[in-house]
Amino acid sequence: MVAKQLSIFLENKTGRLTEVTQVLGEAGINLSALCIAENADFGILRGVVSDPDRAYEILKANHFAVSITSVVGFSCPNTPGSLATVLTFLSEAGVFIEYMYSFANGDMANVIIRPTDLDACVKALSEKKVELLAANDLYKL
Amino acid sequence: MECMERETMRKIQSARLKKMVEYVYHNTPFYRKKMQEMGLTPDDIKSIDDIVKLPFTTKIDLRDNYPFGLCAVPMSQINRIHASSGTTGKPTVVAYTRKDLKVWTECITRCFQAYGADHNDIFQISYGYGLFTGGLGAHQGAENLGASVIPMSSGNTSKQIQLMHDFGATMLCCTPSYALFLAEAIKESGIPREDFKLKRAAFGAEPWTENMRKELEEKLGIKAYDIYGLSEVAGPGVGFECECQSGTHLNEDHYFPEIVDPKTLQPVAPGETGELVFTHLTKEGMPLLRYRTKDLTSLHYETCKCGRTLVRMDRILGRSDDMLIIRGVNVFPSQIESVILEMPQFEPHYLLTVDRVNNTDTMELKVEVRPEYYTDEINGILALKKMLTSRLQSVLGLGVDVKLVEPKSIERSTGKAKRVIDKRTL
Repeated sequence: MVAKQLSIFLENKTGRLTEVTQVLGEAGINLSALCIAENADFGILRGVVSDPDRAYEILKANHFAVSITSVVGFSCPNTPGSLATVLTFLSEAGVFIEYMYSFANGDMANVIIRPTDLDACVKALSEKKVELLAANDLYKL
Repeated sequence: MECMERETMRKIQSARLKKMVEYVYHNTPFYRKKMQEMGLTPDDIKSIDDIVKLPFTTKIDLRDNYPFGLCAVPMSQINRIHASSGTTGKPTVVAYTRKDLKVWTECITRCFQAYGADHNDIFQISYGYGLFTGGLGAHQGAENLGASVIPMSSGNTSKQIQLMHDFGATMLCCTPSYALFLAEAIKESGIPREDFKLKRAAFGAEPWTENMRKELEEKLGIKAYDIYGLSEVAGPGVGFECECQSGTHLNEDHYFPEIVDPKTLQPVAPGETGELVFTHLTKEGMPLLRYRTKDLTSLHYETCKCGRTLVRMDRILGRSDDMLIIRGVNVFPSQIESVILEMPQFEPHYLLTVDRVNNTDTMELKVEVRPEYYTDEINGILALKKMLTSRLQSVLGLGVDVKLVEPKSIERSTGKAKRVIDKRTL
């Protein structure tokens, strides 16, 4: 369903990514999934963590430009064409995807998407019986 | 003094200038020599209008006569020595007699009174104490006013906030850049702003803009006033804003101001912009004639709505030293500051780096986005960058390479802020 994702603005500087992961590691926060979108000057780290609220406070206290974004997580079979099937449901429902990232885990693949319209996305996926991932399950991956 | 007829003021200034020229001619060999070279004697100075005949003094003259070459009295009569802050090479030294300190103190007290402060106020002096005139100067003025004074000095920000809160400081004196830093630290401390008693502040020692005033007033919940000064003339208290805040009144009965064209050194018409020049009318220790401040501004002689007739100075546009020439265009850091401050998306701290790449001047501006304006999307952040870039382009007429940086990554200053780095080698 809808889960909290951390988004962190990072300058393109050696060591910044290390620092984020260190701060989280020292606080005992686990990263379940993460990806980086980048541009010439800066990057945005997006990730799902074990305790998003605490991670947000800790990163903020360490002067990171961090925000919380709502995302939707689902899983689908790790087979050719499965993702295309799910994405078709979304495009048919008129749901636009800003970004997504995914990772395969054995027979299943987990997908995190950021749609422009969260409710429409959840509705479309539920109607088509796509296996949505509960927020707490995502945090514990 | 502050509200007298301009004609009467001119008379007092004329009498004081005549006495001063006579005094330096006989007591400062540097000026006697200069005047002799120009074929001038004290008798040639009959009124304040003759000031234009007198030689100029520059910072280089002060350096060349380091440390006490420009003193008009023996050391036995010198009561205090201050030295310039933050410049390279030898410091610029200024020396005060007991009377000089008294006059200076009175001028600062005048400023504080104009801000509406009185003996009931609790002053937190967060200018640096020491050789820099800011700390001790504001201290003397506040004590003379009869106020309670916390001689805090700059730095140690958490202590600043604790004492400001616990002692119930009502008046803050510091540089505007440090005030911004304090405002941020107060917010982070978690102590509600209503728990502070701060009412007003005197900010000076570096040029600041109208937008910066709004920002500081809003963040600190105060009324912010400009205090102008420079150590060569006295220190803080050379000028001040009144409640009308329509220019900075100058204490011209002691420090006579002129505006000259920085290139031709000829006086400009009232209201025109040029370099501010001061002549001491009453100083004993180290009196200077026509000292070139390098500050660019203009003077207005109409009576202020507050009733004061003391001449008013516009906001300092910048030091002629601060002006950057980028691809042939004049750029003042204050223009960049104004643009940043008018956009709520950015923090007021910035760092401008000027360089020359393939014989073309380049400007890189590092600025922090306010936490609440960060977005999760690359396009959103690029839009912020584009907005600032195009605003700068339209104000400066030049392209600036804007780099958005992480919160708190630009160094905060406790004294005078260092906001421009010029890497060009000529």
